[in-house]
Amino acid sequence: MLKGEIIRVYGSLIIGKNVPNAKIGDVVQVGPLKLIGEIIRIRGNEVSIQCYEDTSGLKPGDEILNTERPLTAELGPGLIGNIYDGLEFSESVIRTIAGDFMKKGVRTAPLSRDKKWHFTPKVKNGDKVVEGDIIGTTRETLMIEHRILVPVGLSGVIREIKEGDYTITDPIATLESNGKKIDLTMMQTWPVRIPRPYKSRLPLTEPLLTGQRVIDSFFPIAKGGTAAIPGGFGTGKTVTLHQIAKWAAADIILYIGCGERGNEMADVVTHFPELEDPRSGKKLIERTIMIANVSNMPVSAREASIYMGVTIAEYFRDQGYDVAIMADSTSRWAEALRDISGRLEEIPAEAGYPAYLPERIAEFYERAGRVVTLGSEYRVGSVTIMGAVSPPGGDFSEPVTSLTLRFVGTLWALDTALAFRRHFPAINWLMSFSRYVELVSKWWQTYDKEWLKYKTKATAILEEASKIEEIARIIGEKALPDDQRLILLVAEMIREGFLVQHAFHEVDTYCEPEKQSKLLRLLIEFYEFTEPLIKAGIPIEKIREFKSIVELMRLKERREVEYIDKVKNKVLEEVKTLAKQYGVEV
Amino acid sequence: MVEKYGLIYKTVREIRGPLIFVEGIKDALYNELVEVKLPDGSEILGSVLDTSAGMAIVQVFGATQGLELGVTARFTGDVIRIPVSSEVIGRVFSGSYKPLDGMPPPLGEKREIHGAAINPTAREPPSEFIQTGISAIDGMNSLVRGQKLPFFSEAGLPHNIAAAQVARQATVPGKEEDFAVVFCAMGIKHEEYEFFRREFAETGALERCVMILNLADDPIIERIIAPRIALTIAEYLAYDLDMHVLAMLTDMTNYGEALRSISIAREEVPTRKGYPGYLYTDLASIYERCGRIKGKKGSVTVFPILTMPGGDITHPIPDLSGYITEGQLIFDRDLHLRGIYPPINVLPSLSRLMKDGIGPGRTRKDHADVSNQLYMAYAEGVKARGLARIIGEVGLSERERKYLRFADEFEMKFVNQGVYENRPIERTLEIAWDLLALLPEHELIRIREEYIREYHPRYRKA
Repeated sequence: MLKGEIIRVYGSLIIGKNVPNAKIGDVVQVGPLKLIGEIIRIRGNEVSIQCYEDTSGLKPGDEILNTERPLTAELGPGLIGNIYDGLEFSESVIRTIAGDFMKKGVRTAPLSRDKKWHFTPKVKNGDKVVEGDIIGTTRETLMIEHRILVPVGLSGVIREIKEGDYTITDPIATLESNGKKIDLTMMQTWPVRIPRPYKSRLPLTEPLLTGQRVIDSFFPIAKGGTAAIPGGFGTGKTVTLHQIAKWAAADIILYIGCGERGNEMADVVTHFPELEDPRSGKKLIERTIMIANVSNMPVSAREASIYMGVTIAEYFRDQGYDVAIMADSTSRWAEALRDISGRLEEIPAEAGYPAYLPERIAEFYERAGRVVTLGSEYRVGSVTIMGAVSPPGGDFSEPVTSLTLRFVGTLWALDTALAFRRHFPAINWLMSFSRYVELVSKWWQTYDKEWLKYKTKATAILEEASKIEEIARIIGEKALPDDQRLILLVAEMIREGFLVQHAFHEVDTYCEPEKQSKLLRLLIEFYEFTEPLIKAGIPIEKIREFKSIVELMRLKERREVEYIDKVKNKVLEEVKTLAKQYGVEV
Repeated sequence: MVEKYGLIYKTVREIRGPLIFVEGIKDALYNELVEVKLPDGSEILGSVLDTSAGMAIVQVFGATQGLELGVTARFTGDVIRIPVSSEVIGRVFSGSYKPLDGMPPPLGEKREIHGAAINPTAREPPSEFIQTGISAIDGMNSLVRGQKLPFFSEAGLPHNIAAAQVARQATVPGKEEDFAVVFCAMGIKHEEYEFFRREFAETGALERCVMILNLADDPIIERIIAPRIALTIAEYLAYDLDMHVLAMLTDMTNYGEALRSISIAREEVPTRKGYPGYLYTDLASIYERCGRIKGKKGSVTVFPILTMPGGDITHPIPDLSGYITEGQLIFDRDLHLRGIYPPINVLPSLSRLMKDGIGPGRTRKDHADVSNQLYMAYAEGVKARGLARIIGEVGLSERERKYLRFADEFEMKFVNQGVYENRPIERTLEIAWDLLALLPEHELIRIREEYIREYHPRYRKA
């Protein structure tokens, strides 16, 4: 095999010469440890290589081998429950080889070659199949049935297929295609930078429920949609994403820790296997795949981790699953782009970032969607992408945040002031948006015909309250007219009783949709019941004295949904008593 | 491994700030350790930043005064490693690991100073509550073993006094275990160092302490390796000798400035305030070396101190630190001026790992709710205080007045304490409940009803 050689090493950038058949995107192996890199620039007989591992110890003259293949993901049973680095090496396997600390150059197959999976065919000998057809299944975990697909680009007639226990490299079926016989295995590969194909895109109609009230009821995300969650440090990006990873009603969760904290990844790795999915009662780890490329692991691998994650997600989408990706944090990925761009001495656009940053961000988020998959039967799958953004100094006008906002459907804007008073999730209701509200309102109507009315009223009260608060800040609340003070009271009840959700409270951590819609309705009804009293001249202090207010605000901590009606009756009683006292008719 | 004695080059062609350009070398390793010998016989360390056929760019970690083109550079054939052993405890070294205590250089197993990342699957999530005896920390922003929690302070505030108090008082309740302090000074003043030294000496911590010192008048560039040496020692003590290590790094702002000066010398594209784009990653390679490892007894708790230039929390150093560390404790000038010690403003402060370190079996079951309620009530009180400044206290509603009083009392009784006052967590929570009792009970919405009934002074007395 022809080899090239290193002529310069400069951080994660390596310059090589005489690399045979160099193409952009080719994966190369560098130096005695065969470190993995990718060709990103070619000039004459020189190539620039972005190396995904620590380059310490490399020197000019070390050899470069060209695999002549792009960076690919290995796809097949064994992905779920695993924890990978950015290059799809299993970190738990690396630990058995290299010990407690990461070591460069350690190689392990992403999927176990020894483990046998029970394969059940879904097609017979002589069946005609096309790309994307399910030829059989294997139970990967109690929660997930792994569907084995005819690889993209292949079609033909099944000539041999048999039930049995196989490893992922054993042939499970033979496909006759254009007179050639091709062995199919449970494993396939896909180049990570190329989106996997599908038949067509579908409109987004269903919410991806997260059990988080402020998200589901106020700023919902649709299955197949995109969301950005920017916020300064300490505003709760990671906890919010963890909450979604735990409770989101997706079939598969892909959690990408990209340049973030090791201890937080350890928290996910340790606690997910213990947590139960509220819908199926099974362990959350049985639907979760993690990519942990923490902040002191090689910078350039952050870039790979994002693409690796989205490729795995698309593969499960193609099986007909709803997949949700959490990427924490896309800013660190952008910094990796900036790092390599700087070393290539490219002229920077804003804040040192390369001019192609917008297109990279757009490409990533565009890989989300709800699609009709390949294959002869009609099958729908979706990839939903949620990305944390870490704006320097909490400034949303910086390039990564402002660019991301252009390409996402939902914004959960985290607010430092809310975080300071421990209002979590610190999603600011005035700055955030969701383009999916209209789309998902139909779905909510199964719980409450008037859902949209109450939701809109709640936003209106909050908005009104923020205006009134501005005035109150100058003249004091006491000086305000009582009708405005009632709005302040109801807004506070919505904030404390609905928007604030305690991630670590055994009940409050997850709120089912029925409870959400009832709770929201009751809060607005409280306003509707009490407003006439204020209009009739009853002082606000009397309403503040209602015992039912505290109970109403504590409803979120109660498991039983029926209890909401009991509290409603108490509110009505107190309203009646007060009205009677003042001789007001209600 | 074969010990290489290295190749000696006398072909320095350019000296630019902390960078020297060595010509004629064909195969310097990236990150290779280079020893540069000055004409007066002294030696400074450096490492290869950029290597190409025929040229190596070396950054040196010492004073560049006296460097000339005629110096010799020995390429050692290895990356930077330092010898570590249990003998280093109680000793004092320079920022480049030269003994400052008159004793011979240390011997022992050689460890690479850049350290490798802990495999995320090997990490044990930190969950052991460290009682510092300071209410603003223990009650509101609890520290746990294996965490990285910095002080964000400003020039002139008593962060050193508070840091020494933490070092003096920190214990895990109910446990007597082997501990050590690794103290790394980066660009702090002599008197500050003397203060820490005296404090440690008085409490007997000095024998359990390893000091890596780069003081204000020491070479700036040495600050690049000083914290890495300190953390290499910390990791050795924790994971090889089963000790609980508190690694104090002060002042990280000075570290960042050293990094910036190298970046500028290299003519890299700057991002904010001239800092390089890789500042986040570089800081992470320091802070991330905290933690616990499954199956190992020891731990590394990283406790950095940094002064925010001009008190600006959005300055790149505190800003990026905050994105990496597991929370931050913020020192506030206003509180200091009002005579409150420690002047920790709890509202912007945070400890991310608190939830795992508190609760039944660790502190007390009501701890999380109480702290949450204190946050909310104090935030309300601060808001009322702002309002009172405009419309006067008489203009406040009764509810607002109650919160205002709560905020005042909270600062005076809860946050404020003595430099030598060591409050057990039970005492901290007791003070908290006494303060919460100032508010109407129906305002205590963030606390579970059963805890109110168990701990609220009204029911406690009955």
